[in-house]
Amino acid sequence: MAEDKESAEAIVSEVHKKIRAAFDVFDHEFNKTVDVREIGTIIRSLGCFPNEGELHDAIAEIEEEEPTGYIRFEKFLPTMTKVLMERKFRPIPEDLMLQAFEVLDKQKKGHLELEELTKYMTQEGEPFTQEEMEEMLSAAMDPDKNLIFYKDFVSMMTVDDPR
Amino acid sequence: MTSSPTGITYCKCLCVVICSLPTLLIPPAMRAALLIQRWYRQYVARLEMRRRCTWNIFQSIEYAGEQDQIKLYNFFGYLMDHFTPASSERNLISHIFRENNICHNVDWERYFCYKSIEVPELYSGPHLSFPITCSNAAELVEAFKNKQQLHSRYVLQLLGETWRLLRILPNISQISTCHNKEITICGDLHGHLEDLLLVFYKNGLPSSEKPYVFNGDFVDRGKDSLEILLILFSFLLVYPNDVHLNRGNHEDHIVNLRYGFTKEVLGKYRLHGKKILKLLQKIFSWLPLATVIDHKVLVLHGGISDTTDLHLISRVDRHKYVSALRPPKRKRQNRSGMTDSDLEDDDPTAKSVDSSRRRVHSLTHSSSTGTRHEVQRRSLQGLNNRVTCSVEEELKERRRQAGLSQSYGDLRNSLTNSDSDPDPDSGELLESYGDEWKQIVDMLWSDPMPQDGCVPNEVRGGGCYWGPDVTEEVLRRHNLTLLIRSHECKQEGYEFCHNRRVLTIFSASNYYEVGSNRGAYIRMGPDLVPHFIQYQANRATRALTLRQSVGRTERSALRALREKLFAHKSDLISSFQEYDPENTGLISLGHWAGAMEAVLRLGLPWRVLRSQLVGDTLDGMLDYHLWFRELAITEPNTELSNASLLETMYKHHSNLETIFRIIDTDNSGLISFEEFRQTWKLLSSHLQTEISDEAISDLAVSIDFNKDGSIDINEFMEAFRLVGGDLLQNEVP
Repeated sequence: MAEDKESAEAIVSEVHKKIRAAFDVFDHEFNKTVDVREIGTIIRSLGCFPNEGELHDAIAEIEEEEPTGYIRFEKFLPTMTKVLMERKFRPIPEDLMLQAFEVLDKQKKGHLELEELTKYMTQEGEPFTQEEMEEMLSAAMDPDKNLIFYKDFVSMMTVDDPR
Repeated sequence: MTSSPTGITYCKCLCVVICSLPTLLIPPAMRAALLIQRWYRQYVARLEMRRRCTWNIFQSIEYAGEQDQIKLYNFFGYLMDHFTPASSERNLISHIFRENNICHNVDWERYFCYKSIEVPELYSGPHLSFPITCSNAAELVEAFKNKQQLHSRYVLQLLGETWRLLRILPNISQISTCHNKEITICGDLHGHLEDLLLVFYKNGLPSSEKPYVFNGDFVDRGKDSLEILLILFSFLLVYPNDVHLNRGNHEDHIVNLRYGFTKEVLGKYRLHGKKILKLLQKIFSWLPLATVIDHKVLVLHGGISDTTDLHLISRVDRHKYVSALRPPKRKRQNRSGMTDSDLEDDDPTAKSVDSSRRRVHSLTHSSSTGTRHEVQRRSLQGLNNRVTCSVEEELKERRRQAGLSQSYGDLRNSLTNSDSDPDPDSGELLESYGDEWKQIVDMLWSDPMPQDGCVPNEVRGGGCYWGPDVTEEVLRRHNLTLLIRSHECKQEGYEFCHNRRVLTIFSASNYYEVGSNRGAYIRMGPDLVPHFIQYQANRATRALTLRQSVGRTERSALRALREKLFAHKSDLISSFQEYDPENTGLISLGHWAGAMEAVLRLGLPWRVLRSQLVGDTLDGMLDYHLWFRELAITEPNTELSNASLLETMYKHHSNLETIFRIIDTDNSGLISFEEFRQTWKLLSSHLQTEISDEAISDLAVSIDFNKDGSIDINEFMEAFRLVGGDLLQNEVP
């Protein structure tokens, strides 16, 4: 029993250090605060896949009573620890990603047109900004044909993933 | 940089309502879209994290290198103080501290004379005529764009004219945006000719309608530093009232020894390189220190400190500060009562070292951060031997040197402050010298920080870190509204801080690596509102996606980092072993991170970088010997078996090279075996480690000597360079 407790504590300690390290990268003033606009990046860099709504809720929990534009580490740590320990916002497996693209590819062509993808990404779900759309297209689209070969795109993005 | 919209700007549209319904009720297309968006945003966040870490890596390695340089330099100062003149080590480097006797500008002019240099018929580069015209200057730009090289005769002529002009310019240039002129302000260029060409292409060449301020650090690191200088100087000569150059911390021959400019000049001009470098040394010391626009906007290279006083700065003899790393010696007077204008330089006419200078064994060597004050005092001790002469003559000479812009009153004041008191122990004397020198170092080396206050800049080793309160105070004191500075590389080419009262402008794009950052310049009209134009040289980079550009920069940073790790292998292994008392060969990742920081002291986020540096682990435990093997560093192919010597070479690669170049007094690029041996002795002294004669002999055996028994510095450094390969697993198309 004691052993279990010890190893549980060790795990939590490691998790805390991980969170601290990610937080510090964005703590530009070295005063244990980060700009609230960077919280999404920090949470995601720790391996979580929240959607925008979930992120919004998490931030509401972490923010001060009267929002200052900054998030303090003392408030961030417990929330984030819980997220990691409970494995909330799980990663999306590659095959599920592929299925998602296939759903959008109604005619089963194996690729998506520029206009098709843009329409879905900027009008459905939690829409992309123009900047996000452009960036995704620059990564995903074959510039000569204006087509997105999503199978290649998904594999490429998954390989890229340093775990 | 793309970043995902945040919670606070999140717009609550119909989608949100739908999203909170049970999954089955959400139409499949929308579900798919949600998934893709979620997945992609995660990816972008990861990229942002990687980009930020990559930046940290480059920056910390860069600043650690600067700190190293300053430590090395302080070490030399220590040697000068504590070793007798007879010691061979001291003599090796004494020439960089040496005072000389007679040195009038007239003698220098003779030395730098270009007239005897003939331009051969075969020369196809540009021909310059003087006084230089604007079409000459434009021609020069074209020629360099076409990779031509300017003949040494014209180089010396151009530099000579520049030197003459700079001597009559004030320390602080005052310019105005009258007649609705917009002023263009550029930051660090660091030898990146393609960026300067891009700026000229987008903005136009300098002219009286198009005034420019170039804010220092024109040289080092990039490969076309000299060409940039020649272009800037030629426009300065054509439009002296409309082109303004501020000195940067790299306009300093000591810094150039380490960061590539010295090497570049000697490589391009084998016959006359040494003269060119000497003349540039003078030019650098005569570069103005700051520019003020409309009495409101201050432009200087590094920054300020809580003691910054522009009135004091405008009165200094700026050319005394040949290198910001070394405070000037007191003026000496020879028999005829004329003073030296340039101390510590190699005198082409008089060769003997001044034997009457005695050093006092007074101070113990102090730590790097406190050293600035120590160094001041060191140089002022022992300057006892002076022939006194009339104050009038001294004043006359100074006025002649300093140029007509200084009034008698100004000269009188600076004289009273510095030279009139012959007692070297007088506190007042100490302070005013110290004051001036500190002001200049602060201007060239300081960085802003977010917190209030003013503390020594220990990361770079020179200048200070100053806070928003200091900005407010200094601006208020001088009735200014904005401080524009450079000195730090910025992702977007520019960045505001201190409530938009400080603006950093950086004009060398792709500074760390292709795709690492954009460059920018400022256009400012009479309203004194800065407008920014950003760019990135190299067409290829614009075609790179965010992912590719981050990937490429990251690989480069990681390679540099892995080389550093490998170079510190034995220290790291000792540190790992402290966490592994039973010698299992395994340590936890937490301990790995702790050891890394303890040994390397780079302030890097090791836990975040871990995934990039460490492959598989066994249950969260790392096999550290295996890890070293997997770093994929190619060691040089050498018969040298002395591992610790090799490691010293890897770890102190830059220091070693710097010492070589200092010892190579004739700038030939070659040193004798004896000098080689002495270099090692110096290095081991500095590092306080033991390097035996035997080890050095072994090293000598393993390298190629030239036929005359000399060693080519470049070849040697290349032969013993670590080369990081790309790690196979992270290879991205």
